[in-house]
Amino acid sequence: MSQLLAVLIDGLIYASWLFIIAVGLTLIYGVMKILNIAHGSLYSLGAYAAASLAGYWFSQGYFDATVAHFGPGYEAIAIVASYGVMALAAVLVGLVAGPLIERGILRFMYGKDEIVLVLVTYALFLILEDMIKLVWGVDPYFLYQPYGLLGSFDIGDLTYPNYNLLLFAVAVIIGAVLAWVLARTRQGKILLAVIHDREMAAAQGINVGLVYFVTFTVGAMLGALGGALTAPMISVQPGIGAETIVLAFAVVVIGGLGSLPGAALAAILVGLVRAAAVHYRPELDLFSVYLVMAIVLIARPKGLFSTQEVRKI
Amino acid sequence: MSRDRTVNVLTVMLVVLLASGPFLPRWAMFLSTVSLCYGTVVLGMMLLMRTGLVSFGHGLYYCLGAYAAGTLQPFFGITEMSIMIGAAVAVTGAVSALLALLLRKYRDIFFAMLSLAFSMILYGLLVKTSALGSTDGFNVTAETLFGVRIAGTAYERYLIFAVTAFLAWICAMGMLRYLGSHRGRLAEAVRDNELRVEYMGASVANTIHVNYVVSAMLAGLGGSLMAISVGHIDPEMAYWTTSGEFVFITILAGTGNVLAPFLGAAIFETIRSFAYEYSPNTWQMALGITMLLVIMFLPGGLWSLFARTRKAG
Repeated sequence: MSQLLAVLIDGLIYASWLFIIAVGLTLIYGVMKILNIAHGSLYSLGAYAAASLAGYWFSQGYFDATVAHFGPGYEAIAIVASYGVMALAAVLVGLVAGPLIERGILRFMYGKDEIVLVLVTYALFLILEDMIKLVWGVDPYFLYQPYGLLGSFDIGDLTYPNYNLLLFAVAVIIGAVLAWVLARTRQGKILLAVIHDREMAAAQGINVGLVYFVTFTVGAMLGALGGALTAPMISVQPGIGAETIVLAFAVVVIGGLGSLPGAALAAILVGLVRAAAVHYRPELDLFSVYLVMAIVLIARPKGLFSTQEVRKI
Repeated sequence: MSRDRTVNVLTVMLVVLLASGPFLPRWAMFLSTVSLCYGTVVLGMMLLMRTGLVSFGHGLYYCLGAYAAGTLQPFFGITEMSIMIGAAVAVTGAVSALLALLLRKYRDIFFAMLSLAFSMILYGLLVKTSALGSTDGFNVTAETLFGVRIAGTAYERYLIFAVTAFLAWICAMGMLRYLGSHRGRLAEAVRDNELRVEYMGASVANTIHVNYVVSAMLAGLGGSLMAISVGHIDPEMAYWTTSGEFVFITILAGTGNVLAPFLGAAIFETIRSFAYEYSPNTWQMALGITMLLVIMFLPGGLWSLFARTRKAG
């Protein structure tokens, strides 16, 4: 019984993480029809930036200074500020890298085959991976402090750091905000129009270039945020982007490319399956994720939430 | 495209390689062997790409071929090179014939993603199989060639190199004939317009199936030759970045001629080995930039440079 509960909790935590790393990818695909391999690099950029910026914040004693400044009983302010620094790192990465990539390279590629665009982002991935090595070197970075700041909770005889709840909350908030923007706001409706028919939207006076620009920047920010939130749980080192992007692919493809609810459902599915595999059959750990991906693709070739596509002749 | 000239060039290259082999320094011979292995894999990728399909999972067959050749010793005590290679081709042929039943229904990104899933399944399995060395892999030696002991002899390296060159030559010649045949020409027709191919009474599914199996067997052959010449195999061969390298070389080289994959592989391996020595942290960046430039300015790959000058001259 307690093992089943552990699977459920681990699965949900893992699902939250998966959703955060996959949501930017599915957003960019939905709007721009680009399956962005460079999302993996944005993830690592976010992780490195958070490790550096928040690492500086902690090592220079700003955390302790904030605690001292507000006095006992107000540690929460310092804790929130610490997470704010991590989020700031992600936003900065998104604001710099997103526009650079979109304006600098991708906009010259629009209109090419989807598969060519995948290759373009693969080239970008290779470039960014080395750029990260040039800036941060190849030695791992550790940002352990934020993981322990929130304390932990017990369920049965299992202890979970509360940081996991933060992940869960962030995933829910991102999902809810995106769903709200898409369904309820003017910008969201414009976005839906572009997704539905790019040319027709342009003919109606929508600035498609701007929509692409903003979407890619937001997507980049989400990717970086995923990395920033993951940094405290791993050792930040070369290769984390390559590892993560295939998982994000699995989630996005299972859910149906470009589908927000699909990504959420797929994240939960993959999260639970992997957690179950880890608990009951550890040797099937990674294997289980891709098995789910293959099975879903075989049963529903375009993913769980696929939109009907008009046949192109 | 003059067919006869390609035949001549291929044969001259084989003779030059075989004749110069004994005088090559050890590193150059190794570099040539590895390039030929990669070239053989990319030859298959070229066929797939001519059919309009990009596989982000050919590492599956590359790795499967290597493991099929490598596991003969621990399980059956077989170390005969010809049997190792034959087993690799047979196993990859059988597996791909099965998977092609599914994959031939998929196109574009979905084809790429489902193949990626299959290759990552193998990766996930191998990483957790401690009997096969998990992530470390294990060593492979071909003790004999047609019953004659080669391991440890002075001419071991040269023989492996010669066998690789000879097999690559056979594959290139076979591919040249195949591409000129009725079925071979169907590949490009399928890429351009499937509906028309069906109207003309040819089978799209059949064409894709056969081409997929051929390309998988070439990848298996390349993988087994690589295992024998490097002497070590690990699950990384099935990782998506390995498949990405194959895609990279295919794009770099272009699909215009059977010589292109070998040219591309030679350039790739040369850049890799030198760049790895002099600037290990920027060589991927160089690759990425090259790939972007090729996609933007040379959609036909490096081979189109040759084709153009030839036409002009």
